[in-house]
Amino acid sequence: MNRRKFVQNSGLTALSALLGAEIVFGNAMPKGYIPLGLQDPDPFKMFDKDPEMIVLNDKPWNIESLAHLLDDRVTPNRAMFIRNNGKIPQSVDPSSWTLTFNGESVRAEKTYSLSELKSRFAQHTYQLTLECGGNGRSEFDPPAKGNQWSVGAVSSAEWTGVRLRDLLDDVGIKSNAVYIGYHAADTHLSGDPNKEPISRGMPIQKAMQDETLVAFQMNGEDIPLAHGHPLRLVAGGWPASVSGKWLNGISVRDRVHDGPKMTGTSYRVPCNPVAPGTKVADEDMCIIESMPVKSLITYPKTGATISLGKSISFRGHAWAGELEVVKMQYSIDFGSTWKDCTLEAPANRLAWQHFSGETSFPKEGYYELWARAIDSQGNAQPMVLPGWNPKGYLNNACHRIAVKVV
Amino acid sequence: MEPNEKFENSARAISRMMGIIFAMFMVVGGFLVYMMIDPTFSAFRPAPEVAAVVAAPEEDDFDKIENGIHVRTGFVEGEGLMTVVNNCTNCHSAKLVTQNRMDEDSWRATIKWMQETQNLWDLGKNEDIIVKYLATYYAPEKKGRRQNLANIDWYVLEE
Repeated sequence: MNRRKFVQNSGLTALSALLGAEIVFGNAMPKGYIPLGLQDPDPFKMFDKDPEMIVLNDKPWNIESLAHLLDDRVTPNRAMFIRNNGKIPQSVDPSSWTLTFNGESVRAEKTYSLSELKSRFAQHTYQLTLECGGNGRSEFDPPAKGNQWSVGAVSSAEWTGVRLRDLLDDVGIKSNAVYIGYHAADTHLSGDPNKEPISRGMPIQKAMQDETLVAFQMNGEDIPLAHGHPLRLVAGGWPASVSGKWLNGISVRDRVHDGPKMTGTSYRVPCNPVAPGTKVADEDMCIIESMPVKSLITYPKTGATISLGKSISFRGHAWAGELEVVKMQYSIDFGSTWKDCTLEAPANRLAWQHFSGETSFPKEGYYELWARAIDSQGNAQPMVLPGWNPKGYLNNACHRIAVKVV
Repeated sequence: MEPNEKFENSARAISRMMGIIFAMFMVVGGFLVYMMIDPTFSAFRPAPEVAAVVAAPEEDDFDKIENGIHVRTGFVEGEGLMTVVNNCTNCHSAKLVTQNRMDEDSWRATIKWMQETQNLWDLGKNEDIIVKYLATYYAPEKKGRRQNLANIDWYVLEE
């Protein structure tokens, strides 16, 4: 759309965009890109999402998927949840995008252009499971503050990029490096340009894994804007907040990174289990690393009605953070008895695994199909909410769908 | 008295001049902003139909309340509503508030956290009004360790 014409047509909303002044750089905008302040208020069109998805928050944008929308083996953009802490950058120019390495533990500060990253380093593609640390928060009692995610804040897409390890080797890091922290181009909700909405990170051991990528593609295409275009850190199996979007800086730290959302109750849980509702002191909180074992029944959709004598073929995905799922089970009698499902190996480490099964029902009535995954260390999903924590993280209670036999 | 008068006179002159400069700045600034919104001065031509349709109802019903809900934000109608709307929806969406349930202490702690880390201003006397409203209309409900599956949309599964 012609920029001038667009501004004219949008009437009142143009004024708010003018206050942000980003329209001045209009000719630097990618073709077909409309700055977010001026966009169609329909988020499903704006982000190309399935209209069945749930908008939890529109400032900042937080949109949740549903179990049955996540049926694909590799999650397409259409069904991928959006979790933002700040405002999506208003203008993104890949041709001038850079990534700067700094911090106490780099030998010297170094900056790469996006094209340098693509041409100078080997590219790798992995399917990586990203789950929001707060997925399942809506079940907490007493309730936990934040976006009230149900089950849909998880995805497993194919990410293409260069290994963070290769970049760290090229930059040169000191032996005292213990953590990396990311910096990004999203902006703080208050409008304060000196505040980062979120700047989290990971221990150097996680940063050095084969699968930890600085990615520029998702499912074979440029990463969609809402998911970090043009550059994103991707650390599968850990809270998705570790996978910083709109990445433009990495600090190599000689201490645990202390950016916003690394401290206090953010993405941290009590080091020792506490009774529900307990106030926990900062020093007794530990940073979440690997996500726990979990699974989702993605077919059929909850609410299926079948006739007596018919069976249901069901399927879904299971994942276990840094670990692998070794066994998948289902129950139709509220956990009294469990039967094994068929379970596939992951496409690669840190990708979710697919399971399937078939069940019939003994008589007419209301049933719930429950699924539970068991990881390589013998941890199974609990039937009820696991350890309560102040911000409602790590709810990996088994997924349930309702079935009626008539 | 004389130097004082002289000072007052020149102060008045300066203030007058500042006023004129400010007024000129506003006029020129206003014109430039208008130029950016409407570079072809389309507003001075007959208005297109769409503009008329969009503008009128929004202005009239900006704070409309329907079935006990403040339509623009989704907040429940109650004492303190507009104080909450005016203080709690500038940075983030009302949805961030309405999807949460907390007691008085936790709402107050959330305000303190926003003041310490998110640039929320001092709410003064409004803090008590806001906390009371939130703790009344957005209070925690007992859920237990696991709730029944709810809002099931039953359908016939064809195999």
